[in-house]
Amino acid sequence: MIAKLRAALVIARRDYVATVWSRTFILFLIGPLFPIIFGVIFGAIGSRIHQDPVIPVIGVVANGDDAHRLQQARTRLAQHFGDGAVPYLQVVTPDGDPVKQRKLLLDRPNVAVVLSGMPGHAVLTGSPNALKEQGDIVRLMLQRDVALEMIPIKRSAIGSSAGVVETKDVGRTNLARGGQLTLLILTMILAGMLLSNLIEEKSSKVIEILAAAVPVDAIFFGKLMAMLGMSLTGITVWAFFAVGGVAVLAPDKLMALAVPAVGWPAFIALGVVYFIASYLLLGSLFLGIGSQASTVREVQTLSMPITMGQLIVFALASTAVEDAGSLPAGIAALFPWSSPFAMLARAAQQPEIWPHFLAVIWQMLWVGLIIRVGARMFRRSVLKSGGSGGLWKRLRGR
Amino acid sequence: MTQDFAVEASGLVKTFDGKRAVDGVDLMVPAGTIYGVLGPNGAGKTTTLRMLLGIIDPDEGERKVLGQSQPLRAAGQIGYLPEERGLYPAMPAREAIAFMGALRGLPLKEGRRRADALLQAHGLGEAAHRAIRTLSKGMAQTVQILGTLVHGPKLIVLDEPFSGLDALNQGRLEALIREQAATGATILFSTHVIAHAERLCARIAIIAGGRVQFEGSVDDARNHLKPKVTLTTRANDGPWRTALPADTRNENGSWIFDLPDGGIEPLLAALIAGNAGIEALSIERPGLHDAFVAIAGEAAGRAMDEVAEALP
Repeated sequence: MIAKLRAALVIARRDYVATVWSRTFILFLIGPLFPIIFGVIFGAIGSRIHQDPVIPVIGVVANGDDAHRLQQARTRLAQHFGDGAVPYLQVVTPDGDPVKQRKLLLDRPNVAVVLSGMPGHAVLTGSPNALKEQGDIVRLMLQRDVALEMIPIKRSAIGSSAGVVETKDVGRTNLARGGQLTLLILTMILAGMLLSNLIEEKSSKVIEILAAAVPVDAIFFGKLMAMLGMSLTGITVWAFFAVGGVAVLAPDKLMALAVPAVGWPAFIALGVVYFIASYLLLGSLFLGIGSQASTVREVQTLSMPITMGQLIVFALASTAVEDAGSLPAGIAALFPWSSPFAMLARAAQQPEIWPHFLAVIWQMLWVGLIIRVGARMFRRSVLKSGGSGGLWKRLRGR
Repeated sequence: MTQDFAVEASGLVKTFDGKRAVDGVDLMVPAGTIYGVLGPNGAGKTTTLRMLLGIIDPDEGERKVLGQSQPLRAAGQIGYLPEERGLYPAMPAREAIAFMGALRGLPLKEGRRRADALLQAHGLGEAAHRAIRTLSKGMAQTVQILGTLVHGPKLIVLDEPFSGLDALNQGRLEALIREQAATGATILFSTHVIAHAERLCARIAIIAGGRVQFEGSVDDARNHLKPKVTLTTRANDGPWRTALPADTRNENGSWIFDLPDGGIEPLLAALIAGNAGIEALSIERPGLHDAFVAIAGEAAGRAMDEVAEALP
């Protein structure tokens, strides 16, 4: 066992150094910058083309008189500052569940915040940014209206009031979706790199040297470890620059992020664990199946169904975001390849930690099993003497 | 099976896609010898070597390498040069040698130290830090051979080591093989080229059709054929003709026949007594090539010749 581990480390070290100490790795690291740069460029062009600024709307839940006084206040402000400088009002009368009514109003186009609870207990509901942007103008409208006198406004920031639970949920839902998407992209890109590494080995004929010196399991494990190390290196660099960049350029955006239900430290730790589990599950599969191929074309052909399968798995895991208690969400949490995605979404949305311990144990059991199966496939097909003629000949022969 | 043998294999069988690539191979390689495995393409040499090294498992049969039935357990004492040479193109020569040693358990630091010494000794000192892709084919092959030897193996397995080498490098490799054998290492190599085996090997195995057709010393192989006698006489006919063996044929005025079991002396006596007038008499011991053809068949012999001609 120790000999196998030592051999795996020799291979992992070689692969890691060869990958990370290469010029192409720099390109790999800066690769994610390109879509961001293009996004900024096209965003700037788009904003120039779009000349008509969108005037935000304040949703108002109030009775006729209160709404009328507020509308008059808005008109006076508009006369003073100009019509485009003051948000429009969209008024609805109080009807049934106030929380639901506020949520429905917030879902309307351009509605930034919702003012309710007048005249005695005014509440402004919206995202922290919207509250920050619209709070002063709302306060001004209320102050200009002498009929309303001086009414204090309660600012209901995300996560600070039980009355705005739906706003907090939207933030965490977005975080869950974002986490899943990030996990999917990272897993697919990085696990896919295993295949190119294997092809390099096969085409340079080094594989026979390795197989003659160390157990094939050690080669398999060493490669997985090397690419995992390389992936974590890349992710660390990307995360450092992403968080650092946002913190410097737009610190309010960082602050505006919803806090995951399990808290940021646990969410990040679980994100790393679920990435490792997801990477190992997919990487083992890629390596095992990739070893069947003898050409780059075959590898590309083989990786396509795996990629499609992964997208289906991702779609399954997405159901966990919408309704964590549903049957598909339960299946997504149990199915090994979707479990990391489903559980990461859960970490964003639900505070319990114990299901994650169970999930990690469950996923690691599968990781162990899939690595064994992948290693066996790898061992059986990575070196076949006598000119096997590639995957298709083997398939036809069966 | 005793420890006097570096390699012991019996009844090895390997089937690929329903076809038997190796069909019951037995091999006994004495420790400290240079042992050649001869056979045409597709004979099963590479598959046999891969089974002996534990790269692939046999479907049937047993093998023991340096006393280990699991060959990979002895990997630290084995050096292997595969037929299809493989090195990481971007790796510097020195690192490639050290890496191959590390795979066999040699610490990297020691591997680098030995790599420097080996490269220097083989005239490649200046190439130590050059990437493999920048080296000539011959230099890259030398680097790989040095990587095979860097950890001081007791058993060195070389699959077609001479293929792709020019005459100069072939000579160098022969010298290197002899040098390693002199240190007590066992050398097991496969080849298409009979001349290499004839020059280097103490013992050989001739493989054809997935089976060992002959196993023994080069002399034993030659003894498969009787020496050829070529006799030229002044007289064309006479009573002495009855003394010639029954299978004697005449080619360009010379009588050609196999050396009789009783030796040449009784025949000479008869020729002299019958006034045959002996003008020339030669007894030629058959070469390994003739022995190979006799053992493995004409087709295998032709295949070997074709491959040998294709080599540089």
